[in-house]
Amino acid sequence: MTIDMSQFYEVFFEEAEELLAQAEQLLLAIDPTAPNPEDLNAIFRAAHSIKGGASTFGFDNVTGITHVLENLLDSIRKNELPLIPEHIEVFLEAKDIIAELLMGHRTGVEVDESRTQAMVKQLEFFNSQPAHGESAGVPAPQAKVAPTVVAAPAPEQVVAPTPVAEPAQSEQNVGSDGPTRDFLIRITGIEPKDVLALGSELELLGTIKNTDIGDGFVEITLNTSDSHESIDSMCSFIVESEQLSITELKPATPKPIAASTALPSKVSKPAAKKSDDLGFGFFDDEPDVPAVAAVSGATATPEPAVKAKEALAPAPAPVPAPSPVAAPAAAPVALAKPTATTAAAPAAPKAASPAKPAGAAASNASSQNTSIRVGIEKVDQLINLIGELVITQAMIEQRASTLDLSDNEQLSNSINQLSRNTRDLQDAVMSIRMVPMDTVFSRFPRMVHDLASKLGKKIDFVTEGAATELDKGLIEKVIDPLTHLVRNSLDHGIEIPAERVKKGKPETGRVCLSASNRSGNIVIEISDDGAGLNRERILAKARENGLDVHDGMTDPEVWNLIFAPGFSTAEKVTDISGRGVGMDVVKRNVAALGGSIEMRSQLGAGTVTTISMPLTLAIMDGMSIALGDCTYIVPLNMIIETLQPREEDLKTVTGGAMMIEVRKEYLPLISLSSIFDDDAEQLDPTRGVVMIVEAEGRKAALMVDDLLGQRQVVIKSLETNFKKIHGVSGATILGDGSVALIIDVPAIIKNGQTAQMQGAYA
Amino acid sequence: MNAYNNLTQSIDSKTDSAAINEYLSFVLDDEIYGIEILKVQEIRGYDAVTKIANTPDFIKGVINLRGNIVPIADLRIKFNLGEIKYDEFTVVIILNIGSRIVGIVVDSVSDVLQLKQEDVRRVPDLAAGIDTKYIIGLASLNEKMIILLDIERLMNSQDMALIDASVAA
Repeated sequence: MTIDMSQFYEVFFEEAEELLAQAEQLLLAIDPTAPNPEDLNAIFRAAHSIKGGASTFGFDNVTGITHVLENLLDSIRKNELPLIPEHIEVFLEAKDIIAELLMGHRTGVEVDESRTQAMVKQLEFFNSQPAHGESAGVPAPQAKVAPTVVAAPAPEQVVAPTPVAEPAQSEQNVGSDGPTRDFLIRITGIEPKDVLALGSELELLGTIKNTDIGDGFVEITLNTSDSHESIDSMCSFIVESEQLSITELKPATPKPIAASTALPSKVSKPAAKKSDDLGFGFFDDEPDVPAVAAVSGATATPEPAVKAKEALAPAPAPVPAPSPVAAPAAAPVALAKPTATTAAAPAAPKAASPAKPAGAAASNASSQNTSIRVGIEKVDQLINLIGELVITQAMIEQRASTLDLSDNEQLSNSINQLSRNTRDLQDAVMSIRMVPMDTVFSRFPRMVHDLASKLGKKIDFVTEGAATELDKGLIEKVIDPLTHLVRNSLDHGIEIPAERVKKGKPETGRVCLSASNRSGNIVIEISDDGAGLNRERILAKARENGLDVHDGMTDPEVWNLIFAPGFSTAEKVTDISGRGVGMDVVKRNVAALGGSIEMRSQLGAGTVTTISMPLTLAIMDGMSIALGDCTYIVPLNMIIETLQPREEDLKTVTGGAMMIEVRKEYLPLISLSSIFDDDAEQLDPTRGVVMIVEAEGRKAALMVDDLLGQRQVVIKSLETNFKKIHGVSGATILGDGSVALIIDVPAIIKNGQTAQMQGAYA
Repeated sequence: MNAYNNLTQSIDSKTDSAAINEYLSFVLDDEIYGIEILKVQEIRGYDAVTKIANTPDFIKGVINLRGNIVPIADLRIKFNLGEIKYDEFTVVIILNIGSRIVGIVVDSVSDVLQLKQEDVRRVPDLAAGIDTKYIIGLASLNEKMIILLDIERLMNSQDMALIDASVAA
């Protein structure tokens, strides 16, 4: 099984960024004389997490530095080393370096390693300090290390060529007194990606006129006013000096032909830059193919040159007209002119390299999968507001529906458009938080595979409903309980192949993980065809643990014992499960999400664990129905069909219960008004409407007074301010501002007829 | 002017170490009750409620309070007080009980009272429509007796059936 790691990169980068920011905050707040151990731990954890992630993704340079950082932090938090203010400075610096390295990986830009090396040395130095080192001894090594630190900023600036390039170039233009010379720089044994970096370094010195790539070497022709030495030192950031040979060429190679004669150097710049961009893109794909064609063609490419010329053109125009600037006239026309002047002025130097920003932007867009991290409460607020908007929109629609359509056609059109837009907006906003279950499910096959081979079991792992979307917050919290349950199924549930064969089951066990939406709940099921729960053993174990049990307990009650703290029936404790710390934690975690957990099992046939989690806020499609003078909502996805029953389809069963025959199928007929309307009279079924509903694999026919129409509703929890009402899964607000209850169809199907006969639901 | 006096009094009471509690008084039938004013969120008229089946009759149902679903309990029914009528004077007091919002229906709201600790007298044991454990004490004002309710305790109690049994005190 291959896992495409790159899909996790973005997550890691974002997480690391957050961790670094957090660490920085803590570092800045920490008091070196009396550090809070909690804070130190938090910083340590941050470093540790980044290290873990970095090593997973193979970012060795990040792993290296975080490793030494972590060592030092560990010593400090264990009080083996006292925390001194210098530490904090170094930590902050290290944080910056890590951030830079990560940024380098993220954008695919090579980052200068010398600074990292210096930092690693420095951290190691601190770490090697004797425990409880005298404070007098500290400043000395600090001074020794200092030069490396001071030297560090220089390469940092170098790696960010764009801002530096601008002044460098203008200097070149202005200071035309320094004669420029051409150097041929020949580097052997260089990586294509280093050529990129080298190119941008050399750009700082002057103009690259030609780049020749051969087999394992690169020849760059550089036009610069700088000396041999400065080129050498610039290159040494990237390549070793023995790889490098620099020779001065004869001067006065003619300037590019297409360039305007007035501004030769300015124009040649974008041209060269353009060629770089072309060349680099080329390298990325096929590094071995020489990019000579692209490069040599670039000097002759008139396009950027023309562009530069055009961009420069407005610059001289305002300059000879300084009078409007000097005389602040009241006339708006005159005011406009100075603005133009000022606007054009900064534009002039920039115009020198018009191709540059464009090229940079393009490469950024392609290399960076842009996303922003937003506080979840902001998203929640947005979702709440959308909920209100949907209600308001429904209100407008309802009010407008009473108007005469022919007179208000435009209004009605506008309202239709509003409805569409609202719906789209709502979908878009809701989708911000929703993540497919796939992100959780995809973790399991590997785990199952490893565990199965460890346990010597054969397991067929199936997932269903991976596309079911779940709130991101919930998804993160549901991972641990699910992992635990799947492990349990593998360890305790599925038997070893030999035993399975003996029992007459297929050798390969089956573990299924499924997710689905049911009446505003997310239901996740973990099922296996293993040994099932052993009632006797659970009872025996419960007695052993001093729990209050008796033999007359029902199965569900017995299964519930599993969730008691410290309960495990596994005969031996394995490193996979069996310590009995799990199920009560699982239950607590699920309960914390407002969900419930339930087990069904049959000895020898298997176990099904069902986690059901309500969505505190969700929007669903519902059918509004009338019962008496009240409106109720039935989730649309549970309605199979609606029909008007005929006399002959209705059958009665002893005790007054009614059945309805629908296409050779007998379904229990449940009168909703007798459940929800205390003083409703029993209606003649043939005069009402019957809805055939299905939930949790069971069907029933619900009798209602009337169908009012389909609508989208915002589910609101009754439990926020009130309590769970049986037969009601939530409430919503209708267009007129009144509240309608959402019918809990599964509960009605389960207990409906009993409740109906008792005349009340309890 | 009265409001101003109240204000200055309340400011005084803050500086004064003697604890003065403010109570909102309301009328049920012809009895006057008081509840701690800090629990009151707002007062509104009685509006159409959505009734909920299979709840005690004093739970009138739920209303939409600016997007919140808020249950409404009629204290008059709960306390078995006189004739129940809903007219333009019927008032709903919206309370903040912990993190929950609930509404109670009363006949009318009268005044905000400031009571010192010594003004509040103990409740004698008596058999009333309301359990004495929900009464903080009695106070008298202009010859009238005011029953001070521990509204939080009452609303959180299982008697009110407003919250799940597992959470109820």
